[in-house]
Amino acid sequence: MKKITVLALTLALGSFALFRILDAQDAKININGPGGQPALAVIDFRGSGAAQAQMSAFNGTLFTDLQTSGIFKMVPKSLYPLQNPQRPEDLRPASGQGMALADWAGSPVNASHLAYGYTADQNGTLVLYGYLNVTNAPGSQPLLFKRYFGSLDEGGARKVAHEFAADIIAQFGGASLAGTKIYFVSSRTGAKEIWSMDYDGSNQKQLTFNRSINIEPAVSPDGTRVAYVSFAKGTPRIMVMDSSSGRTLQFYNQQASLNSSPSFSQDGGKIYYSSSVSGTAQIYVADLDGRNFRRISNSRAVEVEPKINPKSPGTMAFSSGRSGPEQIYQGNTDGGDVQQLTDGTGEASNPSWNPDGVHLLYAWTRGYAQGAFNIFLMDTASRHYDQLTSGAGRNENPSWAPDGRHLCFMSTRTGSAQIWTMLADGTQLKRLTTTGQNLSPAWGKGN
Amino acid sequence: MMFKRMKPAAFWPLLGVVVIAAGCGHKTPIPAPPGPVSPSTTPTGGNGKPAIEFTVEPATIDRGNSATLKWSVSGANYISIDVFGAVQATGSRNVSPYDTITYHLKAEGTAGTSTAETTLTVNPGNPAAPPQGDNGAGNNPNAGLSLNDRISRQIQDAFFAYDQYDISGEAQATLTRDATAIKSILQDFPSATLIVEGHCDERGSAEYNLGLGDRRASATKDFLVQLGVPAGKLRTVSYGKERPQCTDATEDCYAKNRRAHITAAP
Repeated sequence: MKKITVLALTLALGSFALFRILDAQDAKININGPGGQPALAVIDFRGSGAAQAQMSAFNGTLFTDLQTSGIFKMVPKSLYPLQNPQRPEDLRPASGQGMALADWAGSPVNASHLAYGYTADQNGTLVLYGYLNVTNAPGSQPLLFKRYFGSLDEGGARKVAHEFAADIIAQFGGASLAGTKIYFVSSRTGAKEIWSMDYDGSNQKQLTFNRSINIEPAVSPDGTRVAYVSFAKGTPRIMVMDSSSGRTLQFYNQQASLNSSPSFSQDGGKIYYSSSVSGTAQIYVADLDGRNFRRISNSRAVEVEPKINPKSPGTMAFSSGRSGPEQIYQGNTDGGDVQQLTDGTGEASNPSWNPDGVHLLYAWTRGYAQGAFNIFLMDTASRHYDQLTSGAGRNENPSWAPDGRHLCFMSTRTGSAQIWTMLADGTQLKRLTTTGQNLSPAWGKGN
Repeated sequence: MMFKRMKPAAFWPLLGVVVIAAGCGHKTPIPAPPGPVSPSTTPTGGNGKPAIEFTVEPATIDRGNSATLKWSVSGANYISIDVFGAVQATGSRNVSPYDTITYHLKAEGTAGTSTAETTLTVNPGNPAAPPQGDNGAGNNPNAGLSLNDRISRQIQDAFFAYDQYDISGEAQATLTRDATAIKSILQDFPSATLIVEGHCDERGSAEYNLGLGDRRASATKDFLVQLGVPAGKLRTVSYGKERPQCTDATEDCYAKNRRAHITAAP
């Protein structure tokens, strides 16, 4: 009898301890999956003939794209062997100088994968031959071999580098950031207008020019449309535009003093938004042009920011004041099964779903004064959460990149509102804007 | 009391001075000296609940004057006063309400909540008469004033507590006066339409504040309509926290931004 009691007690204590560990709110949420990071070596590609002049730009772009993806542990080039293969035919069973895969698998390189190849000038066109091999299987075929074509200049070199990097990244189940766009609000012209820029802050371009107040941009999953809220006609109304030209597309606003918080369904065929037509801001769904609208939420509180779960189109996250201060909830798109996700402390807002439909970014003041938001990340299945920023200024409006690993957000940590990006583990923190106030970023596919 | 000690010889000239002064035809009454301080109802505390000192000084004023609300709270981590919302533990605020008003302070601590109240009595008093004969416009104080002039001078902002949109306390008094002014303005400017703007302080999210500002505008419009302002003459718009009237990160500025503001439609 005694033994069973002791055993039961140990099991109980053990489970309790395990429960405590799982319950710890400082447990890091891992969105990388099991297996750890592959260690990738990337040779400095050389080019024959006129291609050689472009190789500095090529190699820089290739390495940066691969490093930025966050998928790889990039092996520093200083550890590489002296000789580099350019084609699979160059590989030897045993070399010691770098012409055998074993040279890359062993110390000091310790790479699991090797990217190599070369470029050439083919009748005035730049051609890239790109290969990817595992290093621990001598004589194995490349995982990836592809030819890429571009113009015989720096632009063409960067283009083929972006494409090769994207294919390597896709090989590991990731998605390259190259070509993705961030839509945001900027006040640099004296009025809040909607702008776009590349994932690294280049090519910042103004899209609206009405000199009114333009806020809350959202981008469709295919990257072709941007919805936003504009005061151009007096009261806040939803506008939809073509993402590359800025041309206005039709959207029917309900007769209400407030129409706001637009967001797209995952198939891009519906727009969810908040309207005060009932007297209080409530959540509605409509076709892309605003017709056939239908009310979803049913409370007397202010409810805004509906965001459809990308993996579960019948579920949405939203912000609501139904229990007092603003908090984040999850519910069905028929209005039922509403659950509170944040625990009621402080104020929570700006939900953003990861493409995996489980991880949710949001802004929350938990642990800080009113208005002092930080970016948080919650696993909505377990409800465990991580704090991603730590109290430097206000940190709000997080938005996942299409790769599901990076996010952009607004931070006032430097004294003004600017847009930053980082990996979801807090590394690769990078500031993208400097002029005026820049806020409310939404990250989407390129158009 | 000074008369008791005075020599009789000094009394008569003094009386003469007083009589002369009284006979000058000066119509403005001499302002009353500051009244006694109104004590607060301090809780009998103990058992760790917050201790509150809450006073208004003076406790009685004439309408048009101001008093100072003062408070000092210990042992609390959240303090609010009904008309201001959240406040610091120690502070003071100038108030000049139109009518007698009782202020309520609530202090929440880990051991419990204490409350206190203090009342400021407002006497309608004896206001000075307005100036007469204004360039032939008779006694009409509105003469020569444009619609925007009338609105900016005669309609005042109503203020809200943090995260709230109900019209309470001073806001009710303000909007009651505003309703009278609006009805008069609409009579003089029959084609005018007014816009009720709802605003928020900078702390909540911009998205939520658009919704909250919208409710403040609607609540204000509903209040005015109940007092007889025609609903069709009032439109509402929320600016959320997009158009603050000050940008300091202080309680004072936050309170100024939590407002309903009325303008003329363009």
